[in-house]
Amino acid sequence: MKTLNLVQAVNDALAVALEAHDDVVLLGEDIGRFGGVFRATAGLRERFGEERVIDTPLSEAGIIGTAVGMALYGLKPVPEIQFSDFIYPGFDHIVNELAKYRYRSGGQFPCPVTIRTPVGGGIRGGHYHSQSPEAYFIHTPGLVVVCPSTPRDAKGLLLASIRSPDPVLFLEPKPIYRKAVGEVPEGDFEVPLGQARVVREGGDVTLIAWGAMVSLCEEAAARIAPSGVECTIIDPRTLWPLDIDTIADAVSATGRCIIVHEAPRTCGFGAELAALVQERCFLHLEAPIRRVTGWDTPFPYTLEHAYLPSVERVLDAVEATIAF
Amino acid sequence: MAKTEQAATCDAEATEQVGREKLRGFLQQMQLIRRFEERAAREYASGRISGFCHLYIGQEGVAVGALGALEPRDHVITAYRDHGHALLRGCTPRAVMAELMGKVTGAARGRGGSMHMFNPEQRFHGGHGIVGGHIPLATGFAFASAYEQRGDVTLCFFGEGAMNQGAFYESLNLASLWNLPAVYVIENNQYAMGTPLSRASAISDLAMKATAFGMEGEVVDGMDVTLVNACIARAAKRAREEHRPTLIEARCYRFRGHSMSDPAKYRTKDEVDERKAHDPITLATHTLLERKWASEDEVKGWDDEAKDAAADAAEFAADSPQPSLSDLGRYVYAEPLSWRLDDAMTPHVREEG
Ligand SMILES: Cc1ncc(C[n+]2csc(CCOP(=O)(O)OP(=O)(O)O)c2C)c(N)n1
Ligand SMILES: [Mg+2]
Repeated sequence: MKTLNLVQAVNDALAVALEAHDDVVLLGEDIGRFGGVFRATAGLRERFGEERVIDTPLSEAGIIGTAVGMALYGLKPVPEIQFSDFIYPGFDHIVNELAKYRYRSGGQFPCPVTIRTPVGGGIRGGHYHSQSPEAYFIHTPGLVVVCPSTPRDAKGLLLASIRSPDPVLFLEPKPIYRKAVGEVPEGDFEVPLGQARVVREGGDVTLIAWGAMVSLCEEAAARIAPSGVECTIIDPRTLWPLDIDTIADAVSATGRCIIVHEAPRTCGFGAELAALVQERCFLHLEAPIRRVTGWDTPFPYTLEHAYLPSVERVLDAVEATIAF
Repeated sequence: MAKTEQAATCDAEATEQVGREKLRGFLQQMQLIRRFEERAAREYASGRISGFCHLYIGQEGVAVGALGALEPRDHVITAYRDHGHALLRGCTPRAVMAELMGKVTGAARGRGGSMHMFNPEQRFHGGHGIVGGHIPLATGFAFASAYEQRGDVTLCFFGEGAMNQGAFYESLNLASLWNLPAVYVIENNQYAMGTPLSRASAISDLAMKATAFGMEGEVVDGMDVTLVNACIARAAKRAREEHRPTLIEARCYRFRGHSMSDPAKYRTKDEVDERKAHDPITLATHTLLERKWASEDEVKGWDDEAKDAAADAAEFAADSPQPSLSDLGRYVYAEPLSWRLDDAMTPHVREEG
């Protein structure tokens, strides 16, 4: 075990993958000599060479489209999109090529690309450096969508993603790149895709959160525990395909459910989660499922603190759910 | 770009063409941008500006020379390094600084920040944060103006990094195909973040790309405000009179890092110093002094005025209010979204105590 922050854990996973598999290549804007804007790829070009850690021009459609071709040929490309807000020039290639290739070739062409990209607000970055786009990708059949909340999960899930036969959108919660620090197994290790993590167990309310929202929920749970309210917290880790069983078991046990995410509320992933939970837990529910989310506005610049879910807003929801 | 000793002044022929009055104005505009940006850097360091902030220091000659060749009715659109263009197109130093600080008195009413300056009255259609995303918009403006037969021209600025986006190729093809009155200016400051041009473009003579679109292409020394002015004047005339677009590569350099958080370790101090010897402000100053078109005292006086304007802007911005919480849902749709509890559009605040 060693102690790493989340971005170091990503770096560690990439190094293990490059070491273990000759067909893994990284590509992206300023990922080589510069080491990436968040330093996620620092030192990798020096270690593995510029044929495998490739600096690209500013060209998201080119980066993602090229990665699709590389994967069809048999490589395992791991493109980085600097901020998920910049992914849209390549959106067509994700939705119409990457996600559908296996299906539309009748299963003959797998397309194992792992797109890494930072998500989330809280760095006062405004409209174009803060958004949480998971719902667009979950809505696209054929994609696996992953979002770790700890350094351990970041490493284990990234290695599992790179080795997955399916395309993966690997969303890295940038506000906790350095804040999240923890023990990470050394060397090669995987956290299986499709398995949720039970972060905390309690009998009264189930909180569902991922990425930077997990530690926020932990703080809320710790703050309300002295008043006798105990929270279960579930981190799906793989947002899709979803480990609905773990979630349904938890909600059935507590009878109350709150979903917390940064993205706007309407058609956010919370909406789908709420639908799935009520389908499975209807007779166990003691209160309506609540959502604590970003508002249905573009991501604001100075009002970020009011936009993002806060511990206070989570506590409000917990109290309202208990009181219902 | 000639790197001779004479480069310490602006091009003689272009200087004649620009003339005394205009060149004096250009210098003052460049001084204002320089001092404004320096002040913004200080405000950023003090924490009053947050997020991402990209300074225009070193590139002043491009925007000043180019916008000096336009008519008021012409349209201007640019990328995120937009403070200079905004100041030249009617955004006051106060409005730009207030926007940087996210205040309601800002050029986008505090909703955007550094990359989001706008001024519809002077047809300044803003800063844009998605690299390359605004190039097709310029083509759209040019289309609309041709459609309306207004005779106005659209000037579009973007970096040499943006040129590698697909949007660039699609937009320029349309502009040429449809004979649109547009001028596309690549501000080639040699770097896209840490990536030098040589590692991002297969060719280094960027104006050559114009050939592939069947349009005119020109290279200009972007550190010489007079050459830029003459070059853009030619292109604007071509757009206005012949309805033909032009691609211009303005070779320039940014003296600071890409953004406030970039120490710019990917280039040497020698390289930066060499470029600073061709500082557009120094070139224009020497030219004015040498021709006795301005005195040292005048130049110093303008510089002091620029510093004062920047200081006044910072004070004004700091004293201005932020958008209020109840306005979070404003400007999303035409009708302001109302303040309602449990509404997905607006927040509620946890009652304290
Ligand atoms: C679509 C997109 N990709 C990436 C970025 C991140 N980014 C912002 S500026 C920049 C470099 C742009 O370089 P250039 O176009 O030369 O403009 P300059 O900064 O030199 O003015 C990059 C990669 C972005 N904002 N948008
Ligand atoms: Mg550039």
